[in-house]
Amino acid sequence: MGEIRHFDAGEYDVIVVGAGHAGVEAALAASRMGMQTLILTMSLDSIVALSCNPNIGGTGKGHLVREIDALGGEMALNIDRAFIQSRMLNTSKGPAVHSLRVQADKKIYHIEMKKILENEPNLRLLQAEVVDVLLDDNKVMGVTTRTGAVYKGKAVILATGTYLKGRVYMGEINYPSGPDGMFPSNLLSDSLKDKGFNLKRMKTGTPARVHRDSIDFSVMEIQPGDEEVVPFSFMNIDKDLNREQVPCYLTYTTESMHDIIRKNLKRAPMYSGEIHGVGPRYCPSIEDKVVRFSDRDKHQVFIEPEGLSTKEMYVQGVSTSLPLEVQEEMYKKIEGLENVEIMRPAYAIEYDSIDATLLKRTLEHREISNLFFAGQINGSSGYEEAAAQGLIAGINAALNIQGREPFILDRSEAYIGVLIDDLVTKETNEPYRMMTSRAEYRLTLRQDNADLRLTKKGYELGLVTEERYQKTLKKERTVNEELERLKKVKINPTSENNRILEEMGTNPLKTQISMYELIKRPELDYDKTIILDPERPELHKEIKRQVEIQIKYEGYIKKQMIQVEQFKKLENRKLEPDRDYSLIKGLSNEAVQKLNAIKPESVGQASRISGVSPSDINVLLIHLEQERRKDSNK
Amino acid sequence: MFDTIAAISTAVGEAGIGIVRLSGKDAIKIANNIFRGINNKTLLDAENRKMVYGHIIDNRNDEIIDEVLIVSMKEPHTYTRENVVEIYCHGGIIPVRKILELLLYNGARLAEPGEFTKRAFLNGRLDLSQAEAVIDIIKAKTDKSFQVSMDQLEGGLSKKVEVIRDTVLSMLAHVEVTIDFPEDDIEEVTYEELEENANRVISEIKKLLSTADRGKILRDGINTVILGKPNVGKSSLMNALLRENRAIVTDIPGTTRDIIEEHLNIDGIPLRIIDTAGIRETEDLVERIGVDRAKETIESADLIIAVFDISTDLTEEDYNIIDLIKGRKALVLLNKTDLPKKYSEDRLRELLEGVDIISASVINEVGLDVLEDSIKEMFYSGEIELDSSVVVTNLRHKNQLEKALVNMESALNDIRAQVPLDCIEVDLRDCWENLGEILGETIGEDILDKIFAEFCIGK
Repeated sequence: MGEIRHFDAGEYDVIVVGAGHAGVEAALAASRMGMQTLILTMSLDSIVALSCNPNIGGTGKGHLVREIDALGGEMALNIDRAFIQSRMLNTSKGPAVHSLRVQADKKIYHIEMKKILENEPNLRLLQAEVVDVLLDDNKVMGVTTRTGAVYKGKAVILATGTYLKGRVYMGEINYPSGPDGMFPSNLLSDSLKDKGFNLKRMKTGTPARVHRDSIDFSVMEIQPGDEEVVPFSFMNIDKDLNREQVPCYLTYTTESMHDIIRKNLKRAPMYSGEIHGVGPRYCPSIEDKVVRFSDRDKHQVFIEPEGLSTKEMYVQGVSTSLPLEVQEEMYKKIEGLENVEIMRPAYAIEYDSIDATLLKRTLEHREISNLFFAGQINGSSGYEEAAAQGLIAGINAALNIQGREPFILDRSEAYIGVLIDDLVTKETNEPYRMMTSRAEYRLTLRQDNADLRLTKKGYELGLVTEERYQKTLKKERTVNEELERLKKVKINPTSENNRILEEMGTNPLKTQISMYELIKRPELDYDKTIILDPERPELHKEIKRQVEIQIKYEGYIKKQMIQVEQFKKLENRKLEPDRDYSLIKGLSNEAVQKLNAIKPESVGQASRISGVSPSDINVLLIHLEQERRKDSNK
Repeated sequence: MFDTIAAISTAVGEAGIGIVRLSGKDAIKIANNIFRGINNKTLLDAENRKMVYGHIIDNRNDEIIDEVLIVSMKEPHTYTRENVVEIYCHGGIIPVRKILELLLYNGARLAEPGEFTKRAFLNGRLDLSQAEAVIDIIKAKTDKSFQVSMDQLEGGLSKKVEVIRDTVLSMLAHVEVTIDFPEDDIEEVTYEELEENANRVISEIKKLLSTADRGKILRDGINTVILGKPNVGKSSLMNALLRENRAIVTDIPGTTRDIIEEHLNIDGIPLRIIDTAGIRETEDLVERIGVDRAKETIESADLIIAVFDISTDLTEEDYNIIDLIKGRKALVLLNKTDLPKKYSEDRLRELLEGVDIISASVINEVGLDVLEDSIKEMFYSGEIELDSSVVVTNLRHKNQLEKALVNMESALNDIRAQVPLDCIEVDLRDCWENLGEILGETIGEDILDKIFAEFCIGK
């Protein structure tokens, strides 16, 4: 093997390493903000590979997709092109937690996104393995590929997914590999380590894919999509995306399967102690479920299509690191899978991630300027979480280069803000998944109002098109006008009105009341009350929904807004990144150590670090005041 | 501008005068809510920095709490550079505590340790050179209050709060798992289940609060209630016991209408005799506070000493008392045996089967030793025990419990109205956090831990 000869291969504003969900959003955001952008991937055939489950959205995750869309990202538009089944989850619960979740055709999803990248004016798409990140005195300079090409870049975004030192485990066998038979990225991991990055091991897993014709669906419960499709993208709200949908199927594991798992437990590397990485608790392997919930005689298994052009079916719920021979035996014990033919075996994968507490909330490294990290390398899991980070990293890389203020969403503004704040503030010890319960201000951060919350911001960034911006302004205006109108519509306690009200199962009126107040009654809603409101304009169902939510939940939302105000107070007390907390007398040792490690950007963020107590925060506030006065005395 | 805080500024229990202080934007407004000046003057009319005489009124029931001197000081020329009100009331713990509670009820927040000083500094009142001293004060006060708080939690209070909090956590976890994992094979939470749990939490919090309300303030002891109709000899008994046993500390005179507590020690057994002023005024407890409240007081007593007068006929009040003490840890003192008897001891024995009846003549100090021996015997045999566990001594705890109660009651309303789960969750989480503050626990991944520990998640 000869020595690698390096050569100058070109110069870019932004270089993105990896073309998964994070990398793609990062590259599109940067190029759409006018940056000459290069995106590198080890294989052009694995762009936005859905290498685990074939779906997008769900609780919390669906919110992220809507927010990405509202800011001008691509994920929602792409899944609207590629979905083959659509369902709105949680409709029996409050509007804040309604969650859109769709099945994707993996191939279409990939091809459609590849087209977008190929047609993006400022973007170059290139197949190459990045092996080194070039630094110069705490500033990023570019990247080197395996073939010796040196690409200079003003900013570099690492979005390497589960590829870094990826190692696949199947029983006693393990070998270096990326996900789904791809090459791992070993050299880049080594070079990061050489540069002093602390890498930690994370673990995740995926179930087998099986042949459709080997499944007996007759014993399973069919799970069709919703009759009425709700698009993910706000741009498609008026469009009819209805198409033929393919169903999923629900079946169950059996006791005899559990017996096989228990008998072979020692052959699972998770249990033999061979895997050191920490796996996600919300996505346990089947052996985990069988051991931890031993009283259950069956577990759910969902059979989901991988796409329209393939007979591969995903076996949701049965991820495992057991050896292939055990997999063959145990999958056959799932109801309806007696004759199953495995096409791709299940496996567990271990990979390197960085300590995300080294990052700012822009996802830029605190000490190395213009080096960004996004996606699973930051210790998250999931396509949507990755995409959200990619978007933020791409935006901020562009803003840095343009010399503009950074773009940060806080916990009260978006799920994206919650996600990133958690990642950079709390030391994660398992891959981080978004859940609605992580958002303190869940009632205001709804998926239905993501555009109203964020599209203006996206427009100011230069990421949102004029068309989208105008659409959102119009929605906002229409909603507000209707709310104002409903406040002015007065219902009098006439016998006719009261007869109608009683027919609707609600109390008659004693005094005049506005339509706005009337809609608040639990037994009434916007549509039902139209009979008392002859002047009501014809409105789109999304507008009607928005109006209704804002009226019905006004009290709760107001309560939450007060909490947000409180939250903002400490959030606005900024802390400099170079502050040495050991110089502040009165802080506890633990607080000093944690604050110096994480370098929070605000007192609010500091207060969320575990180990920093309220009395430490008081000391910090006093100290800041002391400094302020010293400064003003100068 | 900060919110309005309130605290007791004098050492509790010793001084002749108590001071309660308020600071913040709404200080004057909040104090005015509970102040009625002489000639119906309000605090808003009062001249800046001038003492005004009047009464503190419980604005929930118009009851007079104490007579006070009050002074309002307008920003910025105050200690904290905010609006400040100081209320000078009678010393002793009851008045200051009641006034503080009223202020909290009217919208003030209980001050953190050292918070007045902290505000003084942050608002520029204190000199820069004092910053470190301020930090020391805050830290010392925080540490001390934490220590005190922990000491008080040593008993069973922390366990009781933990048990309640655990129920709230289970509710929360079940709500969250229902929301976040709609397709997993878990049992969704039901409104019935939530209602049942909410009711349980509410009743448990109320139980704890009632211990606080009865004024269990100083050190713990066997909660002893002396019951008896007027003139039966309750105060003589009390005085005799106190005299004989050289009562350690004693009454907390509060205002004339408040609860009285006496502490005494019988050969090392701490007794806390609680009653309303009834004993002193030789009024009847049952009559004075009504059967219901008497029942409540008796409910939580560790020991009841019921006093009967053998020289007068048994009255309806006596029969009430007999009913009240049935099935409880009680001793009966049959007093005035030196006088002609109106009924036989056996008559009482029939009515109170299984209860020790001690013949006595308190005024002649006859029978007291038997009473004390009986108490000792009950204690050493384990029949009565020291219930130090459920003492909510700290107002901060009480305040948090009250907030937790309000939040859970609000949740219960929403549960009954079948409001969506995500709205109910807001109150549940607040309640959980209120209880957490009593325990000094930080809120972390507890909910998720609970979810993953209890529910099989993962499609």
